[in-house]
Amino acid sequence: MLEALQRTSPETQVPDDSGHFGIFGGKFVSETLMPALEELDEAWRHHLKDPDFLAELDRDLTHFVGRPSPLYFAENLTRQVGGARILLKREDLNHTGAHKINNTVGQGLLARAMGKRRVIAETGAGQHGVASATVAARLGMQCVVYMGAEDVRRQSVNVFRMKLLGAEVVSVEAGSRTLKDALNEAMRDWVTNVDDTFYILGTVAGPHPYPAMVRDFNAVVGREARAQMLAEYGRLPDALVACVGGGSNAIGLFHPFVNDCQVAMYGVEAAGRGLVGLDHAASLCAGRVGVLHGSRTYLLDDDAGQIRETHSVSAGLDYPGVGPEHAWLKDTGRAQYVGIDDREAMKAFHALTRSEGIMPALETAHAVAYGMRLAAERPRDELILINLSGRGDKDINTVAEIEGIEF
Amino acid sequence: MNSANRIDQRFRELADSGRTALIPYVTAGHPSPEASVDILHAAVAAGADLLELGMPFSDVMADGPVIQNACARALEQGMNLDRVLEMVATFRQQDAKTPIVLMGYTNPIERRGSARFAAEAAEAGVDALLIVDCPADEAEELRSDLAEHELHQIFLVAPTTTARRLERTATLAGGFVYYVSIKGVTGAASLDLDSLAPAVGRIREAMDLPVAVGFGIREPEQAAAVARCANGVVIGSALVDRLDRCCSAADAVRVTQQFLGAVRAAMDAATALDETAVNA
Ligand SMILES: Cc1ncc(COP(=O)(O)O)c(C=O)c1O
Repeated sequence: MLEALQRTSPETQVPDDSGHFGIFGGKFVSETLMPALEELDEAWRHHLKDPDFLAELDRDLTHFVGRPSPLYFAENLTRQVGGARILLKREDLNHTGAHKINNTVGQGLLARAMGKRRVIAETGAGQHGVASATVAARLGMQCVVYMGAEDVRRQSVNVFRMKLLGAEVVSVEAGSRTLKDALNEAMRDWVTNVDDTFYILGTVAGPHPYPAMVRDFNAVVGREARAQMLAEYGRLPDALVACVGGGSNAIGLFHPFVNDCQVAMYGVEAAGRGLVGLDHAASLCAGRVGVLHGSRTYLLDDDAGQIRETHSVSAGLDYPGVGPEHAWLKDTGRAQYVGIDDREAMKAFHALTRSEGIMPALETAHAVAYGMRLAAERPRDELILINLSGRGDKDINTVAEIEGIEF
Repeated sequence: MNSANRIDQRFRELADSGRTALIPYVTAGHPSPEASVDILHAAVAAGADLLELGMPFSDVMADGPVIQNACARALEQGMNLDRVLEMVATFRQQDAKTPIVLMGYTNPIERRGSARFAAEAAEAGVDALLIVDCPADEAEELRSDLAEHELHQIFLVAPTTTARRLERTATLAGGFVYYVSIKGVTGAASLDLDSLAPAVGRIREAMDLPVAVGFGIREPEQAAAVARCANGVVIGSALVDRLDRCCSAADAVRVTQQFLGAVRAAMDAATALDETAVNA
């Protein structure tokens, strides 16, 4: 546990004090939000060094979330693919079924430490909404979750879960009615109710300090994986693979490996119906640098600078921006970003389910698909570590719909 | 300061005549692109001293439902930066004096390139930019591009803005300061009049610029009360909301004149009352 307490970030020097990762990141928000961000930044920096806070966080991660999550050798899938060995970091086994809870447990404790009684969150797939509602229930806080109307429809099971947990789910009808619009709405709520409200942002996007703070709360994934690799295999993996929506599960895995130059890192974006058209959500692969949701990063917009609607079979990847640290990792060449389309993700969903008895979330299936591709090309003695960011229970309606199955 | 910028000139004139500026905001292209220039002229005819013209954006994070909807409607009708600048140029053919502030978000400007946009905006007859998601911390590049063309950058100040941030803003701000009178997004209704005078005083101590107050001023009576302690009153959502219900350009012109006329009258009555009290 002692190692887990080292939450300051010796791995990289980013972001700087003003929240910039090279040219990326920053605080592109209305002045009305600036003091709230400064207050949050201060509280986060303070509690990062507070042994009592960190001890409580560790207790929660162990006894409430169920950490550490196992590192699992996917022997059948490896045999089927016929190449490098595939290992899975089992974030799907966390309480509530995804990596998202690592972050909400952390931010929930921070909210309580700051004396806030009400938490709000945005959600796409609903996993972050469920993870926020879960923490709010436990801490006895009021919880409001903003969710795009299209996602409310796609993820009805998670909507019901949030309601059971006592959260109010607000369906957002504006814009493309997906994650980006939910984020806008959550920001509006925050700026209006900033005195008593804590905004639990669900990924490494948004204005500083969110990209750094959410990274630090999710970096437990990479710290554990690194230690597990050394203990169980006596060496580090050759490659890391994780899906990238906003980028929190990917950065959580990557961050503790950033200085291990022999470890390749692959972020997998949603190529939707293909990267050549407009029906995808691959901001790093096919976007350009701009400003969205408070930070400078890669994003998908039209020639007039209007943010575009995106498409992915997975609601959690259906987002036109990406966390600024990924933009920085791309430009520095430390990580590579690739796209997997809807069809290949669906195939990987079935492949993992049938070969290992592990049903991944559709977001996660993108990482599995690329991991399978990579493994097929690599020699048998290499080790490929895929972040299994979440489980697929929430997606069975979507899968059935795509395959024309009625219950 | 003897700047040639229309905003500075206008505030000098206002100071000389003891009037408070009325600054309406409308979204360019709302309710229709055809109506916009007529609405601007109507606003001036009704007593507006400066104009704020919103550049529509898909993700207006700091705006409430009214301006959000106005932006969406304008974008659906094909609004973009080129057409906004055309509107300003057209307006300038008949009105060479009323200052125009373009208000919007960073990404469309970045896509155009801020140096290029500054040049084009100056050419069209724009006087300042207010980029809502570009606080002082991120403003240096844009600020210097604007300065090349003698355009001001207008900054927001909030009730929660710290002394340190106020100082930083003072080094970059030009034209006037826009004080956001409420905690919240545009159009929220909870203007706190009691805290206004001290807040305006605090800003005036930090910088030598006129202070305009906006966000949440809906009624002529509120505008009148604000006029007594600020240099300018911004009316946004309340006007945009009325325009949203107009079904023709003529209708929009009538509504603009009626509403802003009432606001102007209330403001003037309030400041005249103060004059009388002082003279008595
Ligand atoms: C299981 C799972 N994986 C990945 C994501 C994508 O988010 P991020 O890129 O922040 O990890 C989501 C988002 O909802 C998710 O539910």
